[in-house]
Amino acid sequence: MQKPDLVIVGAGPAGMAAANQAAELGLKVCILDEQSNPGGQIYRDVDRVAPIRGDALGADYTYGTRLTDKLHHANIVHMSGATVWAIEKGFCVSYTQNGRGAQIIADHILLATGALERPMPIPGWTLPGVMTAGAGQILLKQSGVVAQNAVLVGSGPLLYLIACQMLRAGSAPKALIETQTGADTRAALRHLPRALQGWPYLVKGLKMLAAIRRAGVPRYQGTASVSITGTDHVEAVHFMHKGRTKSISCDTVFMHHGVVPNTQAARSLGIAHHWHNAQQAFVPKLDEWGHSDFAGVFIAGDSAGIGGAKTAEAYGKLTALKIAEMTGRLTVGERDRKASPIQRSLSHELAARPFLDTAYPPFNAALTPSDNTLICRCEEVTAGDIRRYTKLGCTGPNQAKAFGRAGMGPCQGRYCGLTVTTLIAKETGQSPDTTGYYRIRPPLKPVTLGEIAAMDITTDESPQ
Amino acid sequence: MKTASTFRELTREPRVEVTLDGEKLCLPDGANLAAALLVAGVTTFRKTPVSDTPRGPFCMMGTCFDCLVEIDGVARQACMLNVRAGLAIIRLPDAQVPNAET
Ligand SMILES: Cc1cc2nc3c(=O)[nH]c(=O)nc-3n(C[C@H](O)[C@H](O)[C@H](O)COP(=O)(O)OP(=O)(O)OC[C@H]3O[C@@H](n4cnc5c(N)ncnc54)[C@H](O)[C@@H]3O)c2cc1C
Ligand code: FES
Repeated sequence: MQKPDLVIVGAGPAGMAAANQAAELGLKVCILDEQSNPGGQIYRDVDRVAPIRGDALGADYTYGTRLTDKLHHANIVHMSGATVWAIEKGFCVSYTQNGRGAQIIADHILLATGALERPMPIPGWTLPGVMTAGAGQILLKQSGVVAQNAVLVGSGPLLYLIACQMLRAGSAPKALIETQTGADTRAALRHLPRALQGWPYLVKGLKMLAAIRRAGVPRYQGTASVSITGTDHVEAVHFMHKGRTKSISCDTVFMHHGVVPNTQAARSLGIAHHWHNAQQAFVPKLDEWGHSDFAGVFIAGDSAGIGGAKTAEAYGKLTALKIAEMTGRLTVGERDRKASPIQRSLSHELAARPFLDTAYPPFNAALTPSDNTLICRCEEVTAGDIRRYTKLGCTGPNQAKAFGRAGMGPCQGRYCGLTVTTLIAKETGQSPDTTGYYRIRPPLKPVTLGEIAAMDITTDESPQ
Repeated sequence: MKTASTFRELTREPRVEVTLDGEKLCLPDGANLAAALLVAGVTTFRKTPVSDTPRGPFCMMGTCFDCLVEIDGVARQACMLNVRAGLAIIRLPDAQVPNAET
């Protein structure tokens, strides 16, 4: 393959929009995604699935085909089923596709790796049958598989979305056990005037709530002390509601209390991050065009900070404009002229964000879990262990690894990193920024020796 | 091992034969392997190396590693694979779950 001008990691809305914009401006683009079809999380597998299950999944899902269509462009090479496991200076991107390792070289990199579900460590969350709400959606989208005796736990619009998608698929969830409180709703009201500028989102939310009510699915709001029990598999969810203990038996639990940026790739490059208080997560430090402090590396979409699919699309385009300008395809004036309608649309897209973030905050008890709760799923470290390490002098996540292996399992801290930072910061009284995060080293995903042995090393084919 | 599944397929796809720990199982051809095993009533995909407790798919997007199974001698994420005829799936002995760092 000819050396591309831009390599994009992730074919979600951010990556796809950036690829198309850059290709339209004459850049050669290579976009890699570990999924076998483009779409990212929101539009997962949309080309194949929209014709068969588009009705149950809704118009916000099938919209994705507009973006996947635009990948068919002479300047775009889409590598599907390609898992990126290392990005090194230069830039050399190593990936595995069909069991073979390979590398690709480019001067500009866009990380559009999306979000992860915010870890929700509550007692029992590691039992088989407990999954993220996003996993429930993926089962429904990609595989047409729906849970029949499921309870939804947590907070946020995505919980209502999956409830509605399950309803339309003919399997109503048994209950919604919601963790946001009346106080959260009242606090959110001051953001309502601004949110009204993004009124289509509010209308969608109200419609989803109405559908859930019509279907007779019980909603328990302001719940506390949520726990899950079962022997080899989930059997019930227990919680406090209005001062009483309740239990609901079920076979599946889908949990969600927000999504957080997937920063693994950016972290592995040593890109600076800072703590975003409203999102209770680390986000990379970027300029208005998504350029990081590592020259040539850009980040767009949810991996740059949570903003949702339309925002991801807009930022993907802005990044492509900036790269086109840097490579001489656009003048600064042309770039700014093309950018200004996109920037205007962003302010509408982001209008409802402060309202939603305040109305549906993360579940506090899962940010700083009780001592006995497992927080590192891989190495089975508890919140109490982390507190104990801190008392013994541990001041940051990398030290915590030495104390007790938290973050050293196969997920590389993806589902415990933020909890470990938060717990240590609470115990030491330091800020999350001072406390820091795990150092992430490649490989980002496990590679086998066979895959490396089969590696086909692309040499730099720069024109003579 | 096989119980009535609590997951339902919206449309029934043609089946192919695979084996799970040597036992025959019919799964939808080309389907996501983790989803197909869930529909087949498989709930435990592996046990943890630390406390030998059961785990099953959690994220379905290749990030949690709770769905690891062994195929052709390699630990693979079931949620990132597709079903094909003849697949020999082995549930990993807990000690073989790989680590990121040692
Ligand atoms: C499971 C899940 C389900 C969601 N569902 C919805 C929904 O239905 N509606 C909604 O509004 N929002 C949803 N969201 C929120 C979602 O993050 C955004 O709406 C939107 O998908 C963000 O777009 P993006 O382009 O930033 O990233 P994504 O759409 O997440 O795309 C990122 C892509 O990067 C790829 N990738 C990541 N790392 C690598 C790697 N190392 N190598 C190769 N490829 C890689 C992934 O396979 C993925 O396709 C969901 C989030 C999650 C985590
Ligand atoms: S279910 Fe999480 S990696 Fe497969």
